[in-house]
Amino acid sequence: MTRGRPARARLGRYGLRTAVLGYLALLVVVPVGAIAYRAFASGFVAAWRNLANPSGATSAGFFHALTLTLIVALIAVPLNAVFGVIAALLLARRRFPGAALLDAAIDLPIAVSPVVVGLALVLVYGRTGWFGGWLTGHGIQIIFSIPGIVMASAFVSIPYVARSVLPVLQEIGTEQEQAAATLGAGPWQTFWRVTLPAIRWGLAYGITLTTARVLGEFGALSIVAGDVVGHTQTMTLYVGYLFEQSDTSGADFGAFILALITVLVLALLSISKPEKGSPSWRSRFGASRRDSAMLPLSTTSL
Amino acid sequence: MSTTLGASAPSSTTGSAPEARPEQTLGPARRIGRAAAGFVAPGTAMIYFSLLVLIPIAAVASNAFGGGWSGFWGSVRNPESWAALKLTLISALIVVVANTIAGTAIAWVLVRDRFPGKWVIASVVDLPFALPTVVAGLTLLSLYGPDSPFHLNASGTRLGVWIALAFVTLPFSVRAVQPVLAELDRDAEEAAASLGANSATVLRRIVLPSLAPAMLSGAMLAFARAMGEFGSLVFISGDKPFSTEVASLRIFNLYESGETTSAAAVSLALLLISLAVLLVFGAIRRRLTRPEVTL
Repeated sequence: MTRGRPARARLGRYGLRTAVLGYLALLVVVPVGAIAYRAFASGFVAAWRNLANPSGATSAGFFHALTLTLIVALIAVPLNAVFGVIAALLLARRRFPGAALLDAAIDLPIAVSPVVVGLALVLVYGRTGWFGGWLTGHGIQIIFSIPGIVMASAFVSIPYVARSVLPVLQEIGTEQEQAAATLGAGPWQTFWRVTLPAIRWGLAYGITLTTARVLGEFGALSIVAGDVVGHTQTMTLYVGYLFEQSDTSGADFGAFILALITVLVLALLSISKPEKGSPSWRSRFGASRRDSAMLPLSTTSL
Repeated sequence: MSTTLGASAPSSTTGSAPEARPEQTLGPARRIGRAAAGFVAPGTAMIYFSLLVLIPIAAVASNAFGGGWSGFWGSVRNPESWAALKLTLISALIVVVANTIAGTAIAWVLVRDRFPGKWVIASVVDLPFALPTVVAGLTLLSLYGPDSPFHLNASGTRLGVWIALAFVTLPFSVRAVQPVLAELDRDAEEAAASLGANSATVLRRIVLPSLAPAMLSGAMLAFARAMGEFGSLVFISGDKPFSTEVASLRIFNLYESGETTSAAAVSLALLLISLAVLLVFGAIRRRLTRPEVTL
């Protein structure tokens, strides 16, 4: 059949290939290539000179933003990893009132605009928010400060670990955990020795997605962070700020650094992707159709 | 115990936590550990989720009605807010339709076509998901803005809004279809072709019905993303009221000018519209999903 393929089908195939390549080129490849080109052509040298001058304002702002972004990621990602594993375990292993609600609500952050996330946090934790009086009374500031940035980043990235781990937990079943329990292992021992090793690739994948989302967040932070230069400015806010100040070379350089980090994250993603994950993982448990999807998001609950 | 050992299908594992454990005297440390696993860890997780997500969303809903029902409706029907909501819904639908077609075509090329350098496409498809939206916005502006090398200045126009939305939603459309297409049994296609069906008929009668639920799943994710998008639109849209000001920008502007109640009202309206459309999509998908036939 394949040998006797008519010329029209071949024409269709080439046509489709050309159309797809053209669409991707105009929409993704050329823009992303342009970041690198612009950073090197006009902005890179100038921006690097600015950075190399330690007393320069650009330099201080840049390094502060980079540090803050990393600190936020180091707090928000582990919090969401722990939450995601617990939530996935609850959904896969227990029957409890509100399970359907939790299942649906975990995906909610995907459908909420980042700006609404920022607004929602301000309405609860801001000075005039629901908990604002109590927090101010105890001298705790969340909004316009690092805790608020961490919360906004955690909010937008909360579904990814749970959604990456849940299908793996359902796939592996409970036989090994039950065997461990029968042999006298406590719940913690079972978790550390049996469950965690089995879900490690799904977990790694979910953590990488979470990290990507945290590093790139902008909308929620532009409301929650207050955008104070050198204080609550993360990398994305800093790049947006430079652009608004018409510092194009600085903005291009910052965008280039963020794009580099993105490429690194994508490389990690392709390593931890369950499909290409450890061969032993694949052969032991088989890969489900859902596991091989790049974005492990279920829309069944939406 | 042994009767439950064969249970490994997802549906049957849901409730079968290890029920029967050999009774033994527990040391205090073991007892605390068991209590932590049973109640403390799930409880902490639920409190975390509530403090982070549920209570803030409830606060938006509650603040939206700060001026009562008429206050809420007045804020939503404010001409500028109403125009922003309409633009957002229409733009999201246009972009989702375009990207569902383009995404399915890309998935098809990724799965069925073979040519040198295909891996580049495979990795490029995920870039828009991982790239910070602000970076996406700046680069799209440099290409389709005033200094466009293609002499296509889309900044400040609806075309610019659509380009940005198409960029950020593309991965969802492709990645939802790709795995299903990869697992699609080609026997049915070949049988149809051998019975004389031409390729258009095979596509319409065999391939598309099998892909439709996955295409809708991708469309749902893309739609949810497009309705709330902010970062990639800030710079390229030009933020013009009644023209390119999408709902997220409108909410941001209302918040910045201190109109928090109106901002909350538009936020709630945006969220409700998103969820309503997603429910419709979900209902269509359920009707399209064919019962699994095992041969």
